[in-house]
Amino acid sequence: MNIADSFRDPALCKGLLARLHEELDRPLRFMEVCGTHTVAIFQSGLRPLLPEGITHLSGPGCPVCVTHESEVAAFLDLAGREGIILATFGDLMRVPGPKGRNLKLAQAEGARVEIVYSPVDALQLAAKNPGDTVVFLGVGFETTAPTVAGTVMMAKAQGLRNFKVLCFHKLVPPALRVLLDDPECAIDSFLLPGHVSTVLGLEPYQFVAGKYGTPGVITGFDPVDILESLLIMVEQRKSGDYRIVNQYRRAVADSGNARAREVMFGVFETADALWRGVGRIPESGLVFREDYASFDALQALGVTVQEAPPTPGCKCGEVLKGKMQPVDCPLFGKGCTPAKPVGPCMVSTEGSCAAYYKYSV
Amino acid sequence: MSKSPLADTLSEKTLLLDHGSGGHASSRLIGNLFFRHFDNPILNAMNDAARLDMCGPISMSTDSYTVDPLFFPGGDIGTLAVHGTVNDVAMMGARPRYLSCGFILEEGLPMETLERIVVSMAAAASEAGVVIVTGDTKVVPRGAVDKVFINTTGLGEIIADPAPAGNCARPGDAVLVSGTMGDHGLTVLSGREGLNFSTDIRSDSAPLNHMVEALVTQVGDIHVLRDPTRGGLATTLNEIAGQSGVVIHMREADVPVRESVRNGCSFLGLDPLYLANEGKLICILPQEKAQAALELMRSMPYGENAVQVGTVRDAADGPGKAGQVVLETPLGGHRLLGMLEGEQLPRIC
Repeated sequence: MNIADSFRDPALCKGLLARLHEELDRPLRFMEVCGTHTVAIFQSGLRPLLPEGITHLSGPGCPVCVTHESEVAAFLDLAGREGIILATFGDLMRVPGPKGRNLKLAQAEGARVEIVYSPVDALQLAAKNPGDTVVFLGVGFETTAPTVAGTVMMAKAQGLRNFKVLCFHKLVPPALRVLLDDPECAIDSFLLPGHVSTVLGLEPYQFVAGKYGTPGVITGFDPVDILESLLIMVEQRKSGDYRIVNQYRRAVADSGNARAREVMFGVFETADALWRGVGRIPESGLVFREDYASFDALQALGVTVQEAPPTPGCKCGEVLKGKMQPVDCPLFGKGCTPAKPVGPCMVSTEGSCAAYYKYSV
Repeated sequence: MSKSPLADTLSEKTLLLDHGSGGHASSRLIGNLFFRHFDNPILNAMNDAARLDMCGPISMSTDSYTVDPLFFPGGDIGTLAVHGTVNDVAMMGARPRYLSCGFILEEGLPMETLERIVVSMAAAASEAGVVIVTGDTKVVPRGAVDKVFINTTGLGEIIADPAPAGNCARPGDAVLVSGTMGDHGLTVLSGREGLNFSTDIRSDSAPLNHMVEALVTQVGDIHVLRDPTRGGLATTLNEIAGQSGVVIHMREADVPVRESVRNGCSFLGLDPLYLANEGKLICILPQEKAQAALELMRSMPYGENAVQVGTVRDAADGPGKAGQVVLETPLGGHRLLGMLEGEQLPRIC
């Protein structure tokens, strides 16, 4: 068995599951902050095997899901403009903006949209198309923002002036603070995002345990990781010794990645940001620093983000805050399906509504 | 690479609109390229249509091929155009015999590229034992198509009685696959996007008609045969479950996926069960015949990794509803394996 398979080992998982059933002596409501965890729990078939006393809630950790309607409207405003090529990661293509429009539709109508696998691909696209302006759609958390920042630095070093970034990056810890301040959320523990934590390390989460007395476990994406983390949560609830624990040591250093943070905060600085379904969260977004302002698509191309009204009937905000399970949304599976999503939680591959719709037997 | 035979007979190295004109340039292209490589008496007769000798129930299928890149590890658009249609015809429990072939070509295409494709097609047809008996060539202005589009239509004699069909899966049947899933889809995707995985990822493009003929004649009682091309194993099984009104129960641990494909998919956020295959088949037949079918497939080219991946169940035997595919994970949990909505798109993080 190779090392990757060992984290999916059925025998090991069954042992951990048995221990979880034994150890759980009171209900546990935990939130998987990261959408990839939500999908991992469904894909591994873990959900029906967990003790009944465990309720798992999906959090605001799917970057596509929390991209605000007005931000999607800004993408769509640029799509189709003369001389503009939009470069994006694939999962933004189907995200509905106001009136259900999306980038797929814009592309079919003639907008130049290129799916890229890295922001560096977008930079190369700019070099190959000197007569056009390539705008990279900067969506994602701390995992993605450093590579975007590094790409902006490369563009500056190369003197590529036709490369811009529409920066809608968001930061995870401020969103956790909003959830913890909301008494309706009632979360016992957080399954903290593995990918984001490779950059952040433990420190930015310490307030979760220290100020709010809520355990948090940084976790990998295999069933062994998730089960071991649930056991850690249960043990912490029992002992009352609430801490932030790094279960994902094979990928996450306790101190995170200082160089990545340095690059990210060298190009960007924090500012208030709009989160779909949640609203404005102080200091939860990234904007360009003065030195790099010429790469800011908002400024360079005169894009204005006008606060769009919430999509009528869409409960994605309640789902993202753990106040509602996807199946309890009146639109779930009726007016809102992966074929015709009303909200982003149904369209994203990491969205909780899509996971419930696609995987529940 | 050997020197293009066209270089010996023609001065043309680049395809021009003239080559689709129907005049001398067209004649030179047809005579010196297509006839030279597809050589057979029916085609050589040069009539407006092919005269064929066939009788009994016939299987017919058509497909168009538009792959990017044109050449990839394990094949090219030419091998796909032959294998894809040969396999579709064969999945009716048929012996494919004839192919037609229509080219839509972009002005400016290097003649050498076209010849490489035609040579591949001739070799693929020869291995499958089919002959290309009629064809058509159109040349369109630059930008009107992406280099080369190929349409092939296949005809074959149905040798299974009754012929397998998508609505014939029955509770109690075994679900077999002839090998690993996702190889072709990931190869083409990584080629298109310039993702240079330093691994053994290559397309599985292959003719399956000889395997089908052996299954039909030596094992028999085949209820369903399908090749899981676009949409992959997951989509094809959903189609079968829907057509037959049954639940298909799959065991994830039994589905063969190469480690390199699994790792590549994990990196890109893709699921190998939804990726296209071009040299694999799904065979559904009574459980008591499963072992014989597996042994036969494993003894043949392109079938060495054949395994049983699941069973067909009645909806009343749960979990799952009629028309659904239920996946049992290695942990013993169950989840739906649904149809894909649109194409798979790589994720942000």
